[in-house]
Amino acid sequence: MIGIVNYGAGNIFSLTSALQRLNIQYGMINEKADFDQYSHIIIPGVGHAGAAMKKLEDTGLVEAIKAQTKPVLGICVGMQLLTEHSEEGDAKLMNIIPVKTRLFDKAGQIKIPHMGWNNVSPKNNNLFEGVEDQAQFYFVHSYFIEYNPTFDIATAEYGAPFSAGIQKDNFYGVQFHPEKSGVAGELVLKNFSKI
Amino acid sequence: MLSKRIIPCLDVKDGRTVKGVNFVNLSDAGDPVELAWQYGQQGADELVFLDITATHERRKTMIEMVKSVARQLNIPFTIGGGITSVADAEALLNAGADKISINSAAVNNPLLIEELANAFGVQFVVVAVDTKFVDDKNLVHLNGGRKITALETTSWIKEAESRGAGEILLTSMDHDGTKNGFDCGLLATVCNSVNIPVIASGGAGSKQHFVDVFQQTGVDAALAASVFHFGEIAIPDLKQELKKNSIPVRL
Repeated sequence: MIGIVNYGAGNIFSLTSALQRLNIQYGMINEKADFDQYSHIIIPGVGHAGAAMKKLEDTGLVEAIKAQTKPVLGICVGMQLLTEHSEEGDAKLMNIIPVKTRLFDKAGQIKIPHMGWNNVSPKNNNLFEGVEDQAQFYFVHSYFIEYNPTFDIATAEYGAPFSAGIQKDNFYGVQFHPEKSGVAGELVLKNFSKI
Repeated sequence: MLSKRIIPCLDVKDGRTVKGVNFVNLSDAGDPVELAWQYGQQGADELVFLDITATHERRKTMIEMVKSVARQLNIPFTIGGGITSVADAEALLNAGADKISINSAAVNNPLLIEELANAFGVQFVVVAVDTKFVDDKNLVHLNGGRKITALETTSWIKEAESRGAGEILLTSMDHDGTKNGFDCGLLATVCNSVNIPVIASGGAGSKQHFVDVFQQTGVDAALAASVFHFGEIAIPDLKQELKKNSIPVRL
């Protein structure tokens, strides 16, 4: 059963709806003891990374997340929280995966936010099992995770290559919204529930 | 590469879809949930629900409908109509809406754009603009086009961007309902003036019109209603046509 870290950063109705459609059981994690009930953990998140980190710190769950040995999946800002630092609000984040979250370059010929369906090239990784190369996922974000070959498990391109998916040990993150990414996104959620 | 988005727009009144929808497979053409699901299956990239009576009759969009849609739909959707406060928007966000669109309320109270962007992020805030060519100028119109303003369309859109709009939904009232094609001239001008995504709306009558708007302007998405609802254009066919013309789409 999946535990969703409930720290108030964005709405989770779409995520829980997607899990329901997929018949994946879930519950909420509000305090440290709740982690024990679940085999998998999802950290959702929409909005400002600095503000989200502050909210997560306020729950007192940061150390418990860092100590997890169960599969953990961060989605969108939830993924960014796994990184070391975000340029959004010059925020220190959990630093579970030592990469940085940066602002798309406004000087480039790209519109910000990066909004819509974009191609993703997954690497051979269990989170993306069965997902076709260049499958499209739905993104909405202005900050991105720098490409780092050590931790990258899925690459997308917007002005420059960035990480649409990262992994370090049992910690996974995806920048797109699997709950809004059609069949491909549902496959990623299913895969995660089986890790 | 980022795909160009195809967005069917559904008009809703009292939680029911209105304005002739003529889908063969629908058991209930007025059920927004079933219609939304069908569009998702067809390959729509996103949906927009517009509470058409909301501004005029001061009705709030139906929260329950939004929840039902969010339960079923695996693509993003936007809710517009009658949103005049952060509280209105928050209720929709919590019900599962990915974005909200504000139109007259943004003109009447431009600070609302900033409040919404600060509260939920710019990605949540679509500013919808209805425009009409009057006396040699493109002017913003309100309340579903019933009320003219002195605001010049491109400058209002730039102001909306600077205040925190994450996306612009631009409807040309001169083209809307004509099925003669999108207002490519104005859309190109607007796209060159801002650095946020722009959705083209008004005038779609054929697949070629979608090819034209994507080839001739920098828009990110094209929205239409009746051509999709009446089955005049099937989304899978449209996407094949766009692909044939080297326009990036999600298939």
